[in-house]
Amino acid sequence: MADRSGYQQMTALGRSRLKGKLTLLCDAKTDGSFLVHHFLSFFLKAKCKVCFVALVQSFSHYNIVGQKLGVSLTTAWERGQLVFLEALKTSLDIFFQTPAGPHPLQFLREASARNLQPLYAFVQEALKPEDGGEATWRHPVLLVDDLSVLLSLGVRAVAVLDFIHYCRATVCTELKGNLVALVHDSGDAADEENDLLVSGLSHQSHLILRAEGLATGFCKDVHGQLKVLWRRPSQAAAQRDRSLTYQYKIQDKTVSFFAKGLSPAVL
Amino acid sequence: MPRPVHWSRRGRDAIRARLSGRGQQSEMLESLLAFGGLVLLRDSIEWEGRDFLKALIKQSALCGEQIHVLGCEISEEEFREGFDSNINSRVVYHDLFRDPLNWSKNEAFPRGPLEALRAMCRPTDLRPVTIALDSLSWLLLHFPCSTVCQTLHALCRQGDSSPVERVNVLGLLHEELHAAGPLGALSSLAQIEVTLDGTMGRTSAHILYRKPRHRPAHQVDPTAHLTFNLRLSKKERETRDSLTLPFQFSSEKQQALLCSEPSQASSHIFYEPDAYDDLDPEDPDDDLDI
Repeated sequence: MADRSGYQQMTALGRSRLKGKLTLLCDAKTDGSFLVHHFLSFFLKAKCKVCFVALVQSFSHYNIVGQKLGVSLTTAWERGQLVFLEALKTSLDIFFQTPAGPHPLQFLREASARNLQPLYAFVQEALKPEDGGEATWRHPVLLVDDLSVLLSLGVRAVAVLDFIHYCRATVCTELKGNLVALVHDSGDAADEENDLLVSGLSHQSHLILRAEGLATGFCKDVHGQLKVLWRRPSQAAAQRDRSLTYQYKIQDKTVSFFAKGLSPAVL
Repeated sequence: MPRPVHWSRRGRDAIRARLSGRGQQSEMLESLLAFGGLVLLRDSIEWEGRDFLKALIKQSALCGEQIHVLGCEISEEEFREGFDSNINSRVVYHDLFRDPLNWSKNEAFPRGPLEALRAMCRPTDLRPVTIALDSLSWLLLHFPCSTVCQTLHALCRQGDSSPVERVNVLGLLHEELHAAGPLGALSSLAQIEVTLDGTMGRTSAHILYRKPRHRPAHQVDPTAHLTFNLRLSKKERETRDSLTLPFQFSSEKQQALLCSEPSQASSHIFYEPDAYDDLDPEDPDDDLDI
């Protein structure tokens, strides 16, 4: 309840069980990208090897926000800690010329029967363990921002689910790393593909963080609420609470979390 | 079981019962496995069904059966967590998790997962008695519903040929992923349907038993026990069979039509022209040169 830095609190929640897991970030009627920035800076600070598939924003956007949170993406990229797929820039290679070999964003050119195997091959290559000698970095992490845009690009929901399935098999099970992916929940009954994607991903996830706008509307002091749901509990974790709800406020360099109704502005 | 589960039964053949304690739980699990056929386990995001599936597998193993698991969603290591060595030795895990779509070209399942499933149908020396599908949802997302239903039906029918060796098929299904159509189709195939739900942190399982299929020993006579007579005597039957229907084109009708001559003038038109009619005796088609 005390106003600890929100990020400290979130990492305390997840730290003990965050290895080899798929964490799903979901947002409904609000922007959940602050969670992506948090996880990116968290894993870079933790000296993990990060593969970031950025489908919606440019490198400089994440870099600027990362600097506020205390990490330099440029430095991480230069020393090989960060593998960054900047889809906005790389897609130009695909659109205006035929690529020589398989390209991770090949699905943009294909008219039908798209699967995301080339993208998976890119991830596999980026996160494969270094040959011989000690590993410079700790366990690998795959971060995807975001998966809903793949649906807009014409990929079927089942193809996206298969991609995440393969990534999970490689990154989580084989390499004992983590997978964090953002998806937008439109809540719109008409968008069946998106619903299928969100439900399918939820069933595959170990931890679901769901950022929602407040039911009562916009508020200056409380930007939304975050629901935390643990799934696929192991025997040891059975006793803990499976679901928690926090409300949050996004500030310039951090996010503060508090229990429902107990915002400092209100007390 | 990692978490206490309270069972409630509803449905045509069910009574509401609140059970607790290990003895009653294993009794309930045994009763689910007693009938054979498809046991459909419907779970949701919040209330997972895998623990229940594993409990049923444990129960099967304790009864001495061999279990074949088609694992599509989690790794073998994760699935076998919580099983002791005795149970593990009875569980055969067919790994569809690592490479279900053959992207690595290793050909783990050369003819596809459904073919692997059908292979479990064919009787071999060590005939599988329990088949666990983790999950049916994965199969439904990747194969047409009709194909999946046909495969399931074939799997379940293995048990019909000899009543001694029943086959249990346990299917885990994630409710939110499918439309009403496939859910309904699978429901109708299932002998038992278990829906997982919960309130206040406690999971509950709603169990629906379908009545076993009735095969009538003799043909039922629909004309018996009526207040009116539906039966025909022999003469009435003959008269009915020899009746020609008025609009049926038979050879007699054909003859009648062909034999009639137009000059017989069976029909004649009487026309009275009035003042405004302009009757031209000339044939307008006269200039046609056919």
